[in-house]
Amino acid sequence: MTEISMTVNGTAARAAVPDNTLLVEFLREHLRLTGTHVGCDTSQCGACVVHVDGRAVKSCTMLAASAEGARVTTIEGLSNGELHPMQVAFKENHGLQCGFCTPGMIMTATDMVARYTANGRELSEKAIRHELEGNICRCTGYHNIVRAIQDGAAKMASS
Amino acid sequence: MYDLNYHRATSIDDAVAKRAAASDGQFLAGGQTLLPTMKHHLAAPSDLIDLRGIADLSGVKVSDKRVTIGAMTTHAAVAGNAELAKACPALTVLAGGIGDPAVRHQGTIGGSIATNDPAADYPAGLLALGATIHTDKRAIAADEFFTGLFSTALEDGEIITSISFEAPAQCGYAKFPNPASRYAMTGVFAARGADGKVRVAVTGAGADGVFRHQGLEDALSADWSASAVDGVAVSADGLMSDIHCDAAYRANLIKTMARRAVAAA
Repeated sequence: MTEISMTVNGTAARAAVPDNTLLVEFLREHLRLTGTHVGCDTSQCGACVVHVDGRAVKSCTMLAASAEGARVTTIEGLSNGELHPMQVAFKENHGLQCGFCTPGMIMTATDMVARYTANGRELSEKAIRHELEGNICRCTGYHNIVRAIQDGAAKMASS
Repeated sequence: MYDLNYHRATSIDDAVAKRAAASDGQFLAGGQTLLPTMKHHLAAPSDLIDLRGIADLSGVKVSDKRVTIGAMTTHAAVAGNAELAKACPALTVLAGGIGDPAVRHQGTIGGSIATNDPAADYPAGLLALGATIHTDKRAIAADEFFTGLFSTALEDGEIITSISFEAPAQCGYAKFPNPASRYAMTGVFAARGADGKVRVAVTGAGADGVFRHQGLEDALSADWSASAVDGVAVSADGLMSDIHCDAAYRANLIKTMARRAVAAA
């Protein structure tokens, strides 16, 4: 067992976990933050994307112990009561169907908007499609997801 | 994933000592290959020694033409480094095309070359750039470092600390990514030194891993242009055949990617 401590969605989290515990297992099974999903469990699908120290990572491909001292944000921590502008955009643009991939899509989307904004780069439709390479949707398709991210980026800029 | 003992190293010496004390230890860098491999039960180290906590192992330094990249520098950090983009733009392009954004936030250059996956991007870049791989024990030329499929010149317990090279006059990288994994089905890195000599390295195609292509190097040393590739014979001998494509297809991809690499330089 390893003692781990990190900040999850602004709250200190501390536990003793088996050394082979993945970050996604810690979030879902220890903290019961089940908004982060496990789709493929092989680093392909992106349903498990969370932010670690402000960067999007696949939480199925990181040990919980490696996140020692980190600041972790999950889909539950994205908004403060009201929906985050990116969540609103996904709702308004029908950016989801079954919704399984959506938490990862939204965490990836907010990460890409933050990076492009910080670098002063234009988040074009082409750039969004390229940035979504690590997130797989198996039902609604990417058209409305891309539209939602464009709209969400605009909403984030004006909020 | 099987049970394991996790250790966080605080220094290189600490990492080496912890690994030596383990019955079957492995170093953990970004974990983007090692952890999936362990989840598939294709690797089962008794102990993982996490290198993330070691100071000074990450960062890109560019001093005139001399480039040094710390072993724990992530692909995202290499891809986004403005100085490197001026000195050796093809390497930032290469790093920006590995996996996907989330993988690039975790995966490291040291981890990638220590793994030496036959379809990984960095081995082609470092071999074509004639890079030097620095470890806690010695400096190894890229020509000596990559020794075959998933194998390197690293000794048991040896840690890569940094990679250095002289930025070439021109260089380019092009890959044909597998549409699902984004690994190279074939990737070609071409670098033209200040002396006009060209080094061309091919990844994703060789049955024995990354390799330099003499015919392409000779042709491009004589004439650094995409059309110079046309007259080069690329044999399918020694190339991989798998469910994605056969050796003859990869031989053709080598020429196509070489043309694109030179055109992009």
